[in-house]
Amino acid sequence: MTRTPLRVMAVAALAGAMTLAPLSSQAAGPDASVQDAWLTYSGDFSGKRYSTLTQINRSNVNQLTLAWAARVTAGTLARAGLNAPPLNVGGEGDGQLYSAMQADIRAAILSVDGKLYFSTPDNAWALDARDGHVLWHYFWKTRGGTHIGNRGLGKWGNYLYMETPDDYLVSIDARTGVERWHVVIASFEAQYFSTPAPTVIGNHVLVGTGNDLDAPGMLQSFDAETGALQWKFYTVPMNPGDPGLDTWKSLDAARHGGGNTWANGSYDPETHLYIFGTGNPTPAYFPGLRGNGDALFTCAMIAVNVDTGKMAWYYQTSPNDTHDWDSAQTPVLANIEIQGHVRHVAMTASRNGYFFVIDRVTGAHLVTGKFSSTANWARESLNANGQPVRNPAKDHDIGGALVSSSNEGAANWLPPSYSPDYGLFYVPVAESWAMYYQAETDPSGSMGLGGKDELGVTTSSFLRAIDPKTGKIAWSIQYPLGNHLANGVLTTAGRLLFSGDTSGNLVARDPANGAPLWHTHLGTVSNAPETYLLDGHQYLLVAAGDTLYAFRLYQ
Amino acid sequence: MRTYFPRRIQIVVQQATRLTAFGMIALVGWYPCASALAQDPDDEQMREGPLPEWMLIPAYPARTTDPAAVERGRKLYSVNGCSFCHGGDTRGGDGGPSLLRSDLVLGDLKGERIGKVIKNGVPDTKMVAFALSDPDIADIAEFLHSFKVTGGDPARNKPPSIVTGHPDAGRSYFDAHCAGCHSASGDLQHVATRFPSARKLQQRWLMPQRGAVTRAVISAEDGAAQSGTLLALDEFIVSIRLDDGTERSFERRGSTPKIELHDPLAAHKALVPTYSDTDIHDITAYLVTLK
Repeated sequence: MTRTPLRVMAVAALAGAMTLAPLSSQAAGPDASVQDAWLTYSGDFSGKRYSTLTQINRSNVNQLTLAWAARVTAGTLARAGLNAPPLNVGGEGDGQLYSAMQADIRAAILSVDGKLYFSTPDNAWALDARDGHVLWHYFWKTRGGTHIGNRGLGKWGNYLYMETPDDYLVSIDARTGVERWHVVIASFEAQYFSTPAPTVIGNHVLVGTGNDLDAPGMLQSFDAETGALQWKFYTVPMNPGDPGLDTWKSLDAARHGGGNTWANGSYDPETHLYIFGTGNPTPAYFPGLRGNGDALFTCAMIAVNVDTGKMAWYYQTSPNDTHDWDSAQTPVLANIEIQGHVRHVAMTASRNGYFFVIDRVTGAHLVTGKFSSTANWARESLNANGQPVRNPAKDHDIGGALVSSSNEGAANWLPPSYSPDYGLFYVPVAESWAMYYQAETDPSGSMGLGGKDELGVTTSSFLRAIDPKTGKIAWSIQYPLGNHLANGVLTTAGRLLFSGDTSGNLVARDPANGAPLWHTHLGTVSNAPETYLLDGHQYLLVAAGDTLYAFRLYQ
Repeated sequence: MRTYFPRRIQIVVQQATRLTAFGMIALVGWYPCASALAQDPDDEQMREGPLPEWMLIPAYPARTTDPAAVERGRKLYSVNGCSFCHGGDTRGGDGGPSLLRSDLVLGDLKGERIGKVIKNGVPDTKMVAFALSDPDIADIAEFLHSFKVTGGDPARNKPPSIVTGHPDAGRSYFDAHCAGCHSASGDLQHVATRFPSARKLQQRWLMPQRGAVTRAVISAEDGAAQSGTLLALDEFIVSIRLDDGTERSFERRGSTPKIELHDPLAAHKALVPTYSDTDIHDITAYLVTLK
């Protein structure tokens, strides 16, 4: 296996997918290519967060310099005046709720045709990618809902799509920032909230949602033109006879079983499969109401055909999870030689501390590795299907159970990266310990996240490279004093790895061993770095709270 | 569900949960530590700064209910036997589903949806029809809507004593592993009176918070050494507060300058992976006797 064919395959695969899109999506222009732009949550459909750009590379990375910085103001606090960008307002709320919420950009930033598009809860912006000036700002008047974050926008031709915390899908004209339409995607009364970036595949706008109150997880597809529902896939059994029902105490338990879809998936154009992770079962900590079955299809990687909404396969990374360790990480798709055969795989480093490589065509298990050395919630040995086996003694205890990891997890949604040049999977890791206390005298009726108190003990923070052929850790660097997960990762064909550390530095590293090559202190790094090419310049783009920073080579 | 938060926000969240009634803000439940701390009122860790106003906004506001109607509804719920299947706390049981998380109840305003089920029953289930009047149904609905709709209702939290271990075993463990640095008649004399909450005592001996200041000795290439308390350390910079109060920072280039750290919690951190839960419970059972 050589590197070049892999890259060509990746580009060809995405190009193939793009032909599904209508003509209007070609408005990206003849100059745009996959490598120049950042078209989806992960850049492309594969989830690799690997760019083929090489202008910034090992020989010149120390010449990176600030091209521009742009600070945005969320809500209605944006300044008025002569040079103020147009503010477009939509929404079903009264306009006051969260209007003073500060922008914390945790989103992917789309880079298309010289423009950048991104979001925070209730807010979307378009910026000029050459100097960062705001072209327009859209503000959604919310009804409420959990305002934890927003992972970005989806784009189809001239139109953008945003999910809101109060469960609407909003379509915005990318040229003007004016709303086209909005539709309800989930029940606000059932306390759903919606954070993912919509994924646009052909004319399908794929939408996931979150929930902390025993509501069923679902992935939905909406028509990109009209907003009409095309299909809805529930991640838990909803009707008698549904597959997986025998892993629940009752149909009512399954219908309140969680498995929410709050992180973006990846897409394999060859099989038309959208592959994504599901969240924890509910009740999260005490299986009383749901029984002691595996709780399918929670904490699993699931492949759904985008044309039909039907499940092709699943692999459960945490059967009967009892720690609220969602498996909602974005799967990374790559072609990797394992034991002499090139396999088309989907990879994930799960919040539970285990790394999985799955055949993305069949769902067959290939490799499991433990990437958290401290994780102590499972038995020593994996089961025959490569799954960790929960040790109930490490659920929780009246006197407290000492468990690794804490709720934050060994990994989380923070995007990993895979470099075909090095054949390594890069992921921020935390090794943490917490005391899990049973907090109710009788937790058998607990629901949602109830019944448990958790108090932290100690946490260490790392960036790790995992060899997917073996599941073993290739290298690991510890962030000194780091006590939480760092943000996500970008790799490039310039033989570079970029990511934020736990001290607010943006760092370029050697993907072979993690050695730092360049850094700058931004105070915080709030998303995974991205890159794009414009006017012959390769830009490195990253968010730090309410500010975007773009770097390029000094010339 | 809920995702990871940056540390800075976690701190604010934890304070927010403490400052407001449980469940008052959007953030509750995102990061379980927040709810945990909220239920541990004597816990004082990580208190910092005022909160942005938006963090006090309820994500899912509680319904306003009429107390008199709730009381009438509570009686009707009981008298008509609803609690047999759905539980006194409406969270269900073996007989019937939880009403608290039911779509039908969540989407109901004043009994208009609940009433249809009460009056007609549900075919092929144990839910039979009840001949109740509309005002009675409205009262039952009001009762159902009076519950806090959240997974972590603190009203349910009646934690039993966390002291479940054996003090004698704890003393043996202490003598073998802790007595090198600590003494029951010295620094830990009356420790139990300083921590009225056994849970807090347990958390604190597992990982003390106060006085846990790391000292650093920084040696420059010319050999000059400066020492102080460690303020920050990453791959690129180290900063310390000298004993005279001056803050100094040093650029790091590989192994220069040389940094020597003295973390007073190093022994505690090293022990963490070695404890069994029984060890922990026993040590706490011993320490609570040091009054």
